Amino acid sequence: MPELLDKRLVFVTGKGGVGKTTVAVALGLRAAAQGKRTIVCEVASQENASRIFDHAEVGFHEVEMEENLWSISIDPDESMREYVLLQLKVRAMRDLLFRSRIFTYLAAATPGLKELVTIGKIWELSQFDRKVKSGRKYDLVIVDAPATGHGVGFLQTPRTFAAIARVGPIHSQAQRLDSLITDQDQTGVAIVALPEEMAVNESAALEHDLREEVGIAVDRIYMNGLYPERFSKAEAERLALLAGGENGALRAAARAAISEHDRARSQRAQLARLRRRVKAPVKSLPFLFEPELGPEAARRLAGRLG
Amino acid sequence: MPSVGEILEGKGICICAGSGGVGKTTTSAAIAAGMAARGLKVCVLTIDPAKRLADSLGLKELGNEARRVDPRLFEAQGVKMEGELWAMMLDAKATFDQLVARQAPDEDSRDRVLGNRIYQQISNALAGSQEYMAMEKLFELHSEGGFDLLVLDTPPTRNALDFLDAPRRLTQFIEGRSLRVFMRPTGLAARVAGRGASVMLSVFKRIVGFDLIADLAEFFNAFSGMVDGFQARARRVNSLLADRRTCFLVVCGPQGEPISEAVYFHRKLVEAKLPFGGVIVNKVHYPAERLRGEGGEGGEVEAALAERLGEEDLARRVAENFSDYQALAERDARNIERLAAELRTTGVIRVPHLDEDVHNLAGLAEINRYLFATDGEREAIAAGRL
Repeated sequence: MPELLDKRLVFVTGKGGVGKTTVAVALGLRAAAQGKRTIVCEVASQENASRIFDHAEVGFHEVEMEENLWSISIDPDESMREYVLLQLKVRAMRDLLFRSRIFTYLAAATPGLKELVTIGKIWELSQFDRKVKSGRKYDLVIVDAPATGHGVGFLQTPRTFAAIARVGPIHSQAQRLDSLITDQDQTGVAIVALPEEMAVNESAALEHDLREEVGIAVDRIYMNGLYPERFSKAEAERLALLAGGENGALRAAARAAISEHDRARSQRAQLARLRRRVKAPVKSLPFLFEPELGPEAARRLAGRLG
Repeated sequence: MPSVGEILEGKGICICAGSGGVGKTTTSAAIAAGMAARGLKVCVLTIDPAKRLADSLGLKELGNEARRVDPRLFEAQGVKMEGELWAMMLDAKATFDQLVARQAPDEDSRDRVLGNRIYQQISNALAGSQEYMAMEKLFELHSEGGFDLLVLDTPPTRNALDFLDAPRRLTQFIEGRSLRVFMRPTGLAARVAGRGASVMLSVFKRIVGFDLIADLAEFFNAFSGMVDGFQARARRVNSLLADRRTCFLVVCGPQGEPISEAVYFHRKLVEAKLPFGGVIVNKVHYPAERLRGEGGEGGEVEAALAERLGEEDLARRVAENFSDYQALAERDARNIERLAAELRTTGVIRVPHLDEDVHNLAGLAEINRYLFATDGEREAIAAGRL
């Protein structure tokens, strides 16, 4: 099986607030540095990726962030529009569809259609022979997948849809998307986790469900936000004496150190728990002591992703 | 800023809202536990399928019915339960089914709705139905009147706003006004609109590959007797949310993103004339000014540390760690200042980043020391711990 970044398509998934966007961007930077033409796709339309680069919102456009690295925010309505444009050659019919409120309504009513066209757009981006006007060729497409209550939902859409739609262009499209997503030579999946009790439980459950319900073997789990182990146990004990002292600053500094030591230790325990509970290799990523995340921090993280 | 206890004085409903990953479930559980400890009969509702609430309350699992949390579990943590704490995990599908059963004019229309493919889809997955059902359950529990206070942990939506918009979107869908006129084959509107609409429907059918129209027609047909009931109910749910005994608490984290979301959400609450109660920022690195004022700059701290510890390497690492911490504390302070300015409030309830992550009753009790403290007390506790 190829390495994660040697695949065509990588989904970065996990619960909200775990740092999915940061990891997706860092993976993108790493691939770009290897000379791969890479695009990072956001699906939640929150534009977190462009913010890391301090770039204006990119919207539904492929915008270059750095050498070899592009970014796009995939909007389901725009994807739907683009899909219909490619499918229907008769102009009058397209206009009829788009002007119609009923169409909007039906599109919203169709089970999973929004997610499906979103994944369809991701697939389109990963094609060497792109149908979209002025579409670039990318070596790698990285997806910052949406955080939902049910993590597998998004990746399961094509399979569900193929089962509902018995015939027609979307049925065959859905089948094609499902085989792409579950093809380990083409597509990789990385889960981002945090070293906390419940986040570990959820990540282990997500890996399990992806395997059992969608047929996806997760390539890698990134344990994000790990504090450095700066102090040994003996040192923490020595500092405890200082933490009770009378000098304000020294007391505060000693307490910060002890607190750090405790946290680092409980995080290591969670890391060990995660490793015991999952099949995929777990790679840890350091906590970044940065006020706000910029390209430099993402680059440093990129160096640790290997 | 008053404490959570003061904010919730006399309230019947507390809704914790915010984006994902900010500790909403934990905060909801802590608030419910704190109010129960103070003598109220409280029920906390969650929709989170990840069993977070069950875990943190020491329950094996939660169902669609409220279950009482064993008060002895709290006593083991040194918390005396004057009232009662109940908890439930909302099953959106089951709640929707119950609602249909209640609104249906007869068994036949009930069964036709429950068996319809479109219904099964919206009750499971249509954006907004989880949120709507959360409010529906809240309304039901409120009407039954069995609790002094209901605490709702809102669903983990990508965008906190989806929550406010949910009932409107769902009732609009069920009403299906724009569509229904076209589906009545003999309807005047269909004749007036002419072939355009029917061509469109057939194109749509060709694209999606199954007869959505037939399913939808069946859905509206089955639902037709219930639309009025649903609308009336949605109106009552909405007025309950706007009631003066209801209170929205915005929960967020101290980083730039969640703070911006909280500001946005607060603005939407105000626009919708919904009762905003306060904002809780979780995992805050407490202010560095207080720490720094007493002992001088970084270099001096390191020198003093080296002298006291007699070990330069250790002193350097302690100083480094301290300055990293201070950088985070300064960031948090800046973000919270922005939040307070935008919300035009002088105070924000800050819960510190605790050494251990919170996932059990002991952790909830620790959080409650902050949530239920007055401003002065909170500072004092924080200064004592760091």
